[in-house]
Amino acid sequence: MTPFTTLTAIAAPIEMANIDTDRVIPVRFLRKLRSDKAGYETYLFHDMRFDNDGREKSDFVLNQGPYRKAGILVAGANFGCGSSREGAVYALLDYGIRAVIAPSFGDIHYANELQNGMLPVTLPEEICRGLRDQLRAKPGATLSIDLPAQTVTDTEGTAHPFTIDPVYKERLLKGLDDIGLVLENRTGIERFEHDYHAARPWLA
Amino acid sequence: MALTMFDKIWMSHVILERPGGDALLHIDRNFVHEGSFHAFGALAKDGRKVRKPRQTFAVADHYVPTVGRERGIEAAEDEDARNMIRLLEENCRVNDIAHFGIDDERQGIVHVIGPELGITQPGLTITCGDSHTSTHGALGAYAFGTGASQLKQILATQCLWLKKPKTLRITVDGTLHPGVTGKDVVLAIIAKIGTAGATGHVIEFAGSAIRGLSVEGRLTVCNMAIEAGGRAGMIAPDDKVYDYLHGRPYSPKGADWDRAVAQWRSLPSDAGAKFDREVTLDGAKLEPMLTWGTSPEEALPVSGRIPDPKSLGDANQRAHAEQALAYMDLKPGTPLTDIKIDRAFIGSCTNGRIEDLRAAAVVLKGRKAAIPAWVSPGSTALKKQAEAEGLDRVFIDAGVEWRASGCSSCAAMNGDKVPPGMRSASTSNRNFEGRQGKGARTHLMSPAMTAAAIVTGRVTDVRALLAGK
Repeated sequence: MTPFTTLTAIAAPIEMANIDTDRVIPVRFLRKLRSDKAGYETYLFHDMRFDNDGREKSDFVLNQGPYRKAGILVAGANFGCGSSREGAVYALLDYGIRAVIAPSFGDIHYANELQNGMLPVTLPEEICRGLRDQLRAKPGATLSIDLPAQTVTDTEGTAHPFTIDPVYKERLLKGLDDIGLVLENRTGIERFEHDYHAARPWLA
Repeated sequence: MALTMFDKIWMSHVILERPGGDALLHIDRNFVHEGSFHAFGALAKDGRKVRKPRQTFAVADHYVPTVGRERGIEAAEDEDARNMIRLLEENCRVNDIAHFGIDDERQGIVHVIGPELGITQPGLTITCGDSHTSTHGALGAYAFGTGASQLKQILATQCLWLKKPKTLRITVDGTLHPGVTGKDVVLAIIAKIGTAGATGHVIEFAGSAIRGLSVEGRLTVCNMAIEAGGRAGMIAPDDKVYDYLHGRPYSPKGADWDRAVAQWRSLPSDAGAKFDREVTLDGAKLEPMLTWGTSPEEALPVSGRIPDPKSLGDANQRAHAEQALAYMDLKPGTPLTDIKIDRAFIGSCTNGRIEDLRAAAVVLKGRKAAIPAWVSPGSTALKKQAEAEGLDRVFIDAGVEWRASGCSSCAAMNGDKVPPGMRSASTSNRNFEGRQGKGARTHLMSPAMTAAAIVTGRVTDVRALLAGK
């Protein structure tokens, strides 16, 4: 997994709360394996981005000038609620988004971002709103995320501290793989399973 | 120390803990479906195999056709869908996983067949690459959905790194009125606490109204725990659950059964156990519910009116409601019972069980459908059972299509879509924009309420149609 340390990128504001993963990637695009040619980047927010004839909708932020090159999203509360589809993360990543800043996230989507080396940043509602206001006022402005320092620096140079679980932080910084971490503990796992199934033989 | 049921299940599954509160959890049962191909692909790419194939079960549900099933896989919507169904079979063959394919009598929606086959049991940790895995918690399990990466980890290791979630107890006391079901209870809960109301928490549903529900009704409640943002939903197991599980194909047998039940009886939360949060509802005050917007929290009793977004509590809700009303083509102040319905769907992992089909059949018996509608039973076995009870005749005589089992119009992955602009009464779990098809307008409600809408072609308080039945 690619480590995540710092990121300075154009940020795009998305105003809506409760952006569900059906919006991030509609279900009809979930049939493809992820590969260089799968086109996940074009599926991102597909039905918010394109009309029925496949033309860009001009009112959607990623279709407007410099926001097209966004590497960070600043969203509303409960981003990524709903379906567990990891295709939502593939679409974000393949578009070039490596971090989403929001007041809160759907639990499964939050885990899916972490699993793919994306950084979900949780900041209070009013700070997220302030960031979105700045970004709307200055299209193409960048935000800087510093994971070691746990800060997001806004367009005016103010650094907003965020919290993240230390275990998640370490995994992102080092690009650690969960399976590798498990296999280090093989003996302990086998001992556990032996005892557990001895007490519940019908589950073995 | 007094423990919650969740604490007990968690503690019995922790293999080891790391500094920072990360636990490696043993996973008892894992389910895969056609959509799990990403995880299998990534596993193969790493040169890994499934470590405990006997603890994973596979079923074709999301992409299977619900019409023309006598033709098997050939009836699937297109070559992509056929390939996904075949790919699951192939991944299971290579990895030696039990596979309930499109023609198997055990086939059905993953969250219906798990309990039905006795694979789902109290006290277990259960995973699936699907957010509605929370359903299985109705039998007293800790069950949750994962994405493809965590699914891959489970396939490769049969364990998962997790942070311990917080606990939320939602107590619903009181006696539910006739016509008020598990679906209405859970929609009322989501309307109260919001679609992010339980984020980061495992919900334990408790109280006399919850205990009074059948196992089927409890499965419906836990199914939609995720729509309140919950990591999982669970209900204390009791004799209803043990009676339900006894004699099912994967249930423990003989002396094992007695041993298992003795263990299960120790699972319910201890008196005085502390939850991180508590919410209460009065079950006796609940009415049949339905959603009017594009989030499951945008739900009201059937006697209500479309709210004015300006009257809603916070800025996010106001903005969401405005967008929702535009998408749904509804105006503030409209009585919900004035909403015209164009078509209906009865089925899904939320409400595709025998009790749901019976409840809809009671309303439809001797009446005619005013709109196109279909029923997709939650499993192939359940379809047979319903046919043995004559429920299929009730639906067919009413002019409602009787289809084969699958996820069908809940996510519309198999092509069972609602056309753009059409308004659908649906027993499923999500009313998101485009969920049942691009431009589809979904109103979630119970099977009985959906049957009422089928008869009248508009949102209808089913209690009026139940009078005299």
